[in-house]
Amino acid sequence: MRNLLRWETALVFLLVVVALTGQVSTKGSFLDGGNLFYLGLDIGEIALIALPLTLVIVAGEIDLSVASVLGLSSALIGWLWNAGWSLETILPTVIVVGAVCGAFNGLLVTRLGLPSLAVTIGTLALYRGLALVVLGDTAVADFPASYTSFGTTPLPGTDIPYPIVLAAILAILFGIALHASSFGRSVYAIGANEEGARFSGIRVKRIKLTLFVLAGAVAAIAGIVYTFRFSSARADNGVGLELAVVAAVLLGGVSIFGGKGTLFGVLAGVLLLGGLRNLLILQDTSTEVLTIVTGLLLLVSVLAPSITRTLRKATT
Amino acid sequence: MNTRLVLALVMSGAVALTACGGTTKDSSSQQTGGATNAAKADPNAPLKEGLKITFLPKQVNNPYFTVAQKGAEQAGTAIKAEVKPTGPSDAAASSQVTYINTAAQQKQNALVISANDANAVAPALKSARSQGLKVVTFDSDAAPDARDVFINQATSNEIAAGQVKLISEAIGGTGEIAILSATPNATNQNAWIEVMKTELAKPEYAGLKLVETAYGNDDDQTSFQKTQGLLQAHPNLKGIISPTTVGVAAAARYLSSSEYKGKVQLTGLGTPNQMRKFVQDGTVKSFALWDPSKLGYLAVYTAAALASGQITGAEGEKFKAGDLGDYTIGAKGEVVLGPPTVFTKDNIDKFDF
Repeated sequence: MRNLLRWETALVFLLVVVALTGQVSTKGSFLDGGNLFYLGLDIGEIALIALPLTLVIVAGEIDLSVASVLGLSSALIGWLWNAGWSLETILPTVIVVGAVCGAFNGLLVTRLGLPSLAVTIGTLALYRGLALVVLGDTAVADFPASYTSFGTTPLPGTDIPYPIVLAAILAILFGIALHASSFGRSVYAIGANEEGARFSGIRVKRIKLTLFVLAGAVAAIAGIVYTFRFSSARADNGVGLELAVVAAVLLGGVSIFGGKGTLFGVLAGVLLLGGLRNLLILQDTSTEVLTIVTGLLLLVSVLAPSITRTLRKATT
Repeated sequence: MNTRLVLALVMSGAVALTACGGTTKDSSSQQTGGATNAAKADPNAPLKEGLKITFLPKQVNNPYFTVAQKGAEQAGTAIKAEVKPTGPSDAAASSQVTYINTAAQQKQNALVISANDANAVAPALKSARSQGLKVVTFDSDAAPDARDVFINQATSNEIAAGQVKLISEAIGGTGEIAILSATPNATNQNAWIEVMKTELAKPEYAGLKLVETAYGNDDDQTSFQKTQGLLQAHPNLKGIISPTTVGVAAAARYLSSSEYKGKVQLTGLGTPNQMRKFVQDGTVKSFALWDPSKLGYLAVYTAAALASGQITGAEGEKFKAGDLGDYTIGAKGEVVLGPPTVFTKDNIDKFDF
C-alpha cells in the first residue's frame, strides 16, 4: 500500500491514461513511430536540462539561468562558426563555456552565500545579454547537413531521435550519481538538512559547486542540440525554457525545498508534460487551452506530491 | 563515486561525443537551393475537393494574421477544402516547428505558413514535404529549398511606384516632397527609395521635387520629431511619403494636430486601424498596403493547385486563384500577389487590421 501511493506510481498511471486516451482519440496516430519521434525531439532539450537540475533542486538550490546558458551556447556556436572554427573545436568549447557559466553561479552561491534564486535570476538576464552581444539579432544557419540531420532523422532502423539517445546516456550517468553513489547520498543529505550534512563531514560547498557546473555544462549541450535541431544559431533560442524544465522537475515529484525526489519521477514528468502537449496539439486544441492546461498541471505538480505524502503518512 | 569523478565522467562523455574530423564553414559544402520536382504539372487537372490544409501564421491572435486567416478560410470554402488554422502564441524562431510536425503527423495535404525564421523551420518543412505535404509560404518566406511556392505580398517596384503616384495625386502634381523612412540601412526601405527616385525622374512627375529624405528609425517619437523638422526646414513642402507603418502613423499624428493639417499631404504604407482616424479627419487622403486577406486567399488557392497537381512550383507555370484571377509562378518559385491595396475614406471601413 505504501509503495502504491508513491508519486512516481501516480505519474506512471497518468502516463498510461494519456497514452491510451491519446491512442483511442487519434485513432492510433498518437503512439505511432512518426509521432513518438516528434515527441522525442520536442522534449529532448527539456529532458537533458532536467537531469542536472533535478540534482540541483534535490540539494535545495535552483538554477533559473539554464535556458540563457542554452541561448549563449547557441549564439557562440554561430559566432565561432562564422569565425571559421571547426565544429569539432566549437562544441567542446561551448560545453566548457557552459560549465564556466555554471561555475560562476555556483561560486556566487557557495562562496558569497547568496541565495541561488536571486543569483540565477541575475545570470538569467546576464547570460542572455551576453548571447545578444555575441550574435546580435542575426541567425547563423549554414551548418553542414551531417550535423543538422541529427535533428531530423532518427537512429537508423528505429524511431528514436538522437537527442533522446544522448539524454538516455546522461540519464544513466546522473541516475548512478544520484541514486547509487555516496555523492548522491550527500546531495540528499544537503537538501534535507544542510547544517547536519556539514557537521557530518560532507563537503557541502564543493558538492553544490559541482552541481551548478554540471547544470551549466548540460545546458550548453542542450544548446548544441537545439541549434542543430533547428539548424539555426540565435541568441534568443530557448527563451523561457527554464520554466518548462522546472515545471517538469517539480511535476516529477522533486520537492522545491530539497531533499526529496527521484530521477525516474522527473523523466516521467518530462514525458507526461511533453506527451500531453503533443496530444493536445494533435487534436487541434487552441493555444489558449494549451496554456491553461500547462498552468494547471504546474499547480497540480506542486500540490499533488505533498498530498500523496500526506496520504502516505496517514496510511502508516 | 566522488565529486571529481562524477564531473570528469560527464564532461569527458560530452566531449567524446563531439570529437572527430574537422568540419569548418569553408569545408562544408553548401546545400544547393531550389526544389526538385519529379512530378509533372498538369495545368488542366481539376482542383481536388476535400483537401486538408493547415494554416500556420507566425503567431495566433495577431490582427494581421487573423485577417489573412479569414481570406484563407474564404478560399477554403470556395474550393471545398478544410482549412485548419493553428499556431503558437509566441513568435519565437522555433515555436512553429511542433505545429509543422503535427501537420505532417495528421497527414494534411498542404501547409500554408508565414515563417518566423526562414531557417529554423526549414528542417521540419523538408521533413513534412518528404512525407507528401505541399508547402506554401506567405508574407515571410522560408529557405527556398524547404517550400514549394512563396506568395510575395508585392514587389519593390509596385510598392514604390504606387507611393509616388498617390502623393502626386494628393498634391496635384506639383511641389516639394520629402520622404520619411525607417532606418538608413533598412534594405527594403532603401530599395523602395531608389525606385521612387527613378519614378520621379519620369516626365509625368516633372512637377515633383524631392527635397529631403529623413529617417525616423521606426521609432514613434523620433518619426514625430523628424516630421516637425521637415516642415520647419522646408516651408514650401507640399507632401510627405512615409513607406513605414510606424513613420506614417507618427507623421499623421503630428500633421493632424498642427497648422499644416490639410495643407501638407501625407501618404505611405500603413494599416487601416492605425490610420483610420487620420483618414476620417482629412489629414490623409489615401495610403497603401497589401490586403492580408487576399494574401491568405491566394496562399490557399496555391496550396490547392499544388496538391491537385496543377502546378509543381516551377517557374512559368500558370494557375487560377478564384476571384483574384490568373497567376504565374516567377523565378525562385515566387508568386506576387499584385499591386498594394489603396485605402481611402470610401473603403477604409471595410478593413479591420
